[in-house]
Amino acid sequence: MTLPSPPPTTEPAMKIRVSGLKAWFGTHEVLKGIDLPIPAREVTAIIGPSGCGKSTFIRCLNRMHELVTGARSEGQVLLDDTDVYAPEVDPVLLRRRVGMVFQKPNPFPSMSIRENVLAGLRLTKRMGGRKPAEVCEKALRQAALWDEVKDKLDKPGTSLSGGQQQRLCIARTLAVDPEVVLMDEPCSALDPIATARIEDLLHDLRRDYTIIIVTHNLQQATRVSNRTGFFLQGELVEFDLTDKIFTSPQDRRTEDYITGKFG
Amino acid sequence: MKPGPPPIDISGRREGVWFERGFVWVCRVAIVLPLVTLVWLLGGVIARGLGRIDLGFLLDAPSQLDATTGGIWPALMGSLWLIVITAAVSLPVGVGAALYLEEYGKRTRLGTVVEIAIANLAGVPSIIYGMLGLGLFVRWMALGETVIAGALTLALLVLPVVIMSSREALRTVKDSLREAALGLGATRWQTTRHVVLPMAIPGILTGAILAISRAIGETAPLVVVGAVAFILYAPDGLDAEYTALPMQIFQWTSNPRREFLTNAAAGIVVLMFTLFLLNSIAILLRNRFQKRMY
Repeated sequence: MTLPSPPPTTEPAMKIRVSGLKAWFGTHEVLKGIDLPIPAREVTAIIGPSGCGKSTFIRCLNRMHELVTGARSEGQVLLDDTDVYAPEVDPVLLRRRVGMVFQKPNPFPSMSIRENVLAGLRLTKRMGGRKPAEVCEKALRQAALWDEVKDKLDKPGTSLSGGQQQRLCIARTLAVDPEVVLMDEPCSALDPIATARIEDLLHDLRRDYTIIIVTHNLQQATRVSNRTGFFLQGELVEFDLTDKIFTSPQDRRTEDYITGKFG
Repeated sequence: MKPGPPPIDISGRREGVWFERGFVWVCRVAIVLPLVTLVWLLGGVIARGLGRIDLGFLLDAPSQLDATTGGIWPALMGSLWLIVITAAVSLPVGVGAALYLEEYGKRTRLGTVVEIAIANLAGVPSIIYGMLGLGLFVRWMALGETVIAGALTLALLVLPVVIMSSREALRTVKDSLREAALGLGATRWQTTRHVVLPMAIPGILTGAILAISRAIGETAPLVVVGAVAFILYAPDGLDAEYTALPMQIFQWTSNPRREFLTNAAAGIVVLMFTLFLLNSIAILLRNRFQKRMY
């Protein structure tokens, strides 16, 4: 017998609505029709075993997936009310609203810390009247890196430690002022202390940004996210509030995964 | 006492020691032998030619009559004209082609065909390029037997080398950096210009060094497209008659009077020095760019 569900709290506004999203690498179907609403100003975690399509899923949201040779996708991804796969949408402009942080820290080796932070605005000639020093400081503070690097902004970005480099990449992403930030296992190359710093950071960032984070660290999902989606073999098995997913999953496969029976 | 094989005696002799030592010696000989040959050849040429080089040798026109007077001014200037134009034509076109193939072109079957074709073109004998230059530039475009026709022929000759080495350099730039820039909302061109090219420039310059070095030593295609063997004046424009250092050297070595061989040796020294100078400039440039890379 199932308990009557509690009356729904006011549903948050949806930033992204995905429906019927399929994706392929060559003939291999990686996503088999995903329907997922992503609320604004929350952290949404995507979990699942390796190869389940979670990275591909977020790469479809800012159309990075199609950059890989032989990769394609179909379905609908609404950002606010615009389908990002509509023919008139320019993926370059889309990516200015939907930023991305990658698995491995990838600061530009040819640039200093300051240049890395400003790269997004400078490359796309959008500095406008903004003061470089202010943009730089704001983004580095948001990424909780300012105090560590404020005296060496002209040092190469690659001279920082792995955890600092990843926060530099987060600052670089935030500096272009996106609405959505996609994070593809941002802590998988970092030690526990650096990971904790980035998780703290996520708590602050969700006030201003819609964040979607792929992780295969289940504790991380419980610590940072409001909602969690569980992916398995290219399908979305279950999507709900993080608390519910981890305390009373509705699907047997979700329960098996979070209790460590496979994965 | 745990069962299993007896412990390995670490003070014993492992297998294959003698083979390995022998192999290392073969490698050493393989390094020393060509070096000795090179030093012997260059040493001979320098010993014979260096004494002949003075300001007059560099700045005078050659003499058919007297081997002890005259110089290589027209050939030296001819070679410089050829090299500058060849570089100015082949580098932008070659790097552009490489950028298109690596950064813009989709990986298709046609792309593979183009790739194989370029690799094969790099191996085509230079005399064939001479024939192409004769047909295309000298006759069809009616440029005549001029500096520009010679330089364009050399540009065609080195183009595959420039394209291949530039592509190689672009491939060493990690895809994660391209993704980082594209993820920030940069266009392909912005990504290429500000992220990929700065990292690939040292490699591209290395390729340019190789290409230019090849062009400056070429003789065969120049013979076909009509560089003259004997000329008293340096080129004064794109449509001038010209000769080049290797042509002048060849002319001297084939002269029946043996005293001209000294001139040939001196000419070789000048050619080697010019090559050395050009390469040094390119290496300096490369190091400057590399320093900026951290």
